[in-house]
Amino acid sequence: MAIALLILGMAAVTFLTRYLLVGLLGERSLPESLKRWLTYVPTAAFAAIVVQGTLAPQGTVRLDLRNPYLWGAVAAALVAWRRKNLLLTIAAGLLGLWGARILGGV
Amino acid sequence: MQDGDSRALSVGTSPFLAGLRAAMPLWLGITPYGLAYGLLGQTVGLGAGGTLAMSVFVFAGSAQFVALGLLGAGASYASIVLATLVVNLRHLLYGASLAPHLQEQPVRWKAAISFLLTDETFAVVAGHLREQGTIGRDFYLGVGLSIYLDWILSTVTGLALGGLLPDPAALGLDFALPATFIGLLAQQLRGLPAWAALVAAGALVLLTAHLPGRLGIVLTIIVAATVGWGMERWLSRC
Repeated sequence: MAIALLILGMAAVTFLTRYLLVGLLGERSLPESLKRWLTYVPTAAFAAIVVQGTLAPQGTVRLDLRNPYLWGAVAAALVAWRRKNLLLTIAAGLLGLWGARILGGV
Repeated sequence: MQDGDSRALSVGTSPFLAGLRAAMPLWLGITPYGLAYGLLGQTVGLGAGGTLAMSVFVFAGSAQFVALGLLGAGASYASIVLATLVVNLRHLLYGASLAPHLQEQPVRWKAAISFLLTDETFAVVAGHLREQGTIGRDFYLGVGLSIYLDWILSTVTGLALGGLLPDPAALGLDFALPATFIGLLAQQLRGLPAWAALVAAGALVLLTAHLPGRLGIVLTIIVAATVGWGMERWLSRC
């Protein structure tokens, strides 16, 4: 039930961002600086989630080298940098994590 | 006979079918995301129904991934809805460029067009607009539904694949989501301002990790995007 509310809320705000100019405001161009700012939102969002999931997986910050998620992230980043292939990147991340768990006993 | 011929011709060139076909090459790019999304949905406790419902009702790839990331991190629903809003603000750009061509349409069509307005739909339709000078409503509908259909089918396939795995968390699949974002990030990182936004986001998300409901992530997105934008402005003045 709570999940249904979450999905409803997400659906509502998503539709709003799509409908606002098409349906309500019509031909109104956005300020150039807002357009430029918007281009950085995906980078900021993805980076926040990567760093959160890697260095603060359970909400507490873990910057030590015995953090296996760190090694998973390093492996995924290397593959992502060399090849822009999403599924290969995910596989590399998991292999890095498993490697760190096995070798580091963590 | 002649009737039959002309009908065949009109089906072959129907704008709706042309739209469906024009979007098909994008399936190649969208399907892996849908598969990954469907696989990951169950690792953060969204359940099969919730994972599928999000693809059906929200239909916004990046925002859905962000929602999974925040659910996995234990964020409050309010934080997730707020993050969805921020991540989807870029749709305003698409709406602004399509709006002048859609003012003649009745409200229900504007609503349907808006619902189908994803990055991918916009990419195909904007190309069509450049070449033809207009957006055919049926062509748009063909493009949008083609992408919608692929998103739902690949989500369902991902869910089915995820169901075959015994215990996703023990396999470390909770890390598949951050790894997915590393792949998504690699496609965004062009130029110094984007790197500045990345570094700022990394530092800020750790500094705000203690805030309740993972509200820190929403704050981080807003501030880090501003850092990237500020860097771009500063560089353009040098």
